[in-house]
Amino acid sequence: MARAITTQRKIINTTAAWTIGLLIFFPILWTILTSFKTEAQAISDPPVFLAFDWTLENYGVVLERSNYGRFLWNSIIIAGGSTILGILIAVPAAWSMAFVPSKRTKDILLWMLSTKMLPAVGVLYPIYLLFIKLGILDTRTGLVIVIMLMNLPIIVWMLYTYFKEIPGEILEAARMDGATLKEEVLHILTPMAIPGIASTLLLNFILAWNEAFWTLNLTAAKAAPLTAFIASYSSPEGLFYAKLSAASTMAIAPILVLGWFSQKQLVSGLTFGAVK
Amino acid sequence: MATQHSRSAARIMMAPAVVLLLGWMLVPLTMTLYFSFKKYLPLRGGDLGWTGFDNYVRFVTSSAFWPSVITTLVIVGGVLVITVILGILLAILLNQPMWGQGIVRILVISPFFVMPTVSALVWKNMFMDPVNGLFAHLWKFFGATPVEWLSDVSMGSIVMIVSWQWLPFATLILLTAIQSLDREQLEAAEMDGAPPLKRFAFITVPHLSRAVTIVILIQTIFLLAIFAEIFVTTGGAFGTRTLTYLIYQRVLESQNVGLGSAGGVYAIILANIIALFLMRIVGKNLDA
Repeated sequence: MARAITTQRKIINTTAAWTIGLLIFFPILWTILTSFKTEAQAISDPPVFLAFDWTLENYGVVLERSNYGRFLWNSIIIAGGSTILGILIAVPAAWSMAFVPSKRTKDILLWMLSTKMLPAVGVLYPIYLLFIKLGILDTRTGLVIVIMLMNLPIIVWMLYTYFKEIPGEILEAARMDGATLKEEVLHILTPMAIPGIASTLLLNFILAWNEAFWTLNLTAAKAAPLTAFIASYSSPEGLFYAKLSAASTMAIAPILVLGWFSQKQLVSGLTFGAVK
Repeated sequence: MATQHSRSAARIMMAPAVVLLLGWMLVPLTMTLYFSFKKYLPLRGGDLGWTGFDNYVRFVTSSAFWPSVITTLVIVGGVLVITVILGILLAILLNQPMWGQGIVRILVISPFFVMPTVSALVWKNMFMDPVNGLFAHLWKFFGATPVEWLSDVSMGSIVMIVSWQWLPFATLILLTAIQSLDREQLEAAEMDGAPPLKRFAFITVPHLSRAVTIVILIQTIFLLAIFAEIFVTTGGAFGTRTLTYLIYQRVLESQNVGLGSAGGVYAIILANIIALFLMRIVGKNLDA
């Protein structure tokens, strides 16, 4: 009897969870499906779900119309560059906060996080002017710097929470055993810190990839990443749902796949180490 | 334990991050303050001299100001309420035994990976379009008149789009928190005859308070800055002009940098009020 109830409950749970999960995922699924339809099928009423003539035509049109490769490359450089640069700057800072904390450590952390609350739009024009003066408007370098600075507080914060988990006693024990500083860093600290750094890297790569204020406002033809690529589809000409879907799929696919494969690390990163 | 030597080393290690963020904060802020006291129209004569507090007065007395503050607060508040409530319910459901939990989790987390420009475009055209959108088909199927989502229910539509993007984040954090909930405590309460609702209210909810705080803090930071969702869908029309968007229009569309900068200062003040309030809660929660 008890067993029957559990199985029954499990069936109900499964049905409910899958229904809601598919409902949440549906807009993405629908976009991917539509990208393989013809424009006429994309708006047909009643909508066709799977029984349509699958075609790759839209992808061809999108590739022809805009230089997808360049947008993709810009996205990779901007997201990757800003994340790596941010980590290089944040690791020493987070490290010293976690292992040599002072009375002010918490205040500094909170201050850093509060800089993220400064509304970007309030400083858009000054940044725009600075970029012109420095000659980095519409360059990848400029965006790498701005997005790195934008995400730096979050990177420091995440790394700090991870590093704080590393027990200091292990270091002392290693020192007693006569480990040199180099051995200490290479063989003990680095392996323990790598999972945290990896999670931080992933989450910030995704945040940088999807950032759509600075990338839209500080780029034009040369340095525009995928956020701008897709924004160029916001003013429709004729039938365009299938092409829009193809372009959307191309913009989100890389990060979606990356996200699925790194789900575990990502979830631990998402909680900012603050929830266990 | 820390020696004088390691303390100064620590300071040096922190220096790059602190100096960069300080510069990132102070340089543009100073420039914004400077412009806010000027009549500055890049396309119509450029720098036309000092104007005192004119820009501040004009920005605040313009009929668009208060509605934009309210719009901002409604969007942030609406999305927070929806994502936290649905997030808790969804987290509880996902924590139950079931088949294919891993896949469901992947389905639920996916919207988080979709860039705001894409999600706004997809929702606007393929779902909310009053002629060809999926919702329109659905409404017609049930014999109802399709809704003009982005003009008639503009705020609801934007809150819905943004909530869809942030629900995964809230759900995952709350799920992580629920998974650490002490099962024995719940079972003990059940044996003592506490009904499900009471168990939820007195054990689950208090346990989640820290996670909810984190969700609210992080989401507020990102929600105050939403831009692409409005840029792509309504362009600030139909009562969806947030403070961010109003400033954006002043600076870029009307090319009035002085006025926009004064607006920027107001936005910074508003953000600081909210930040102060949030930091106090989080600071308290961090000690625990």
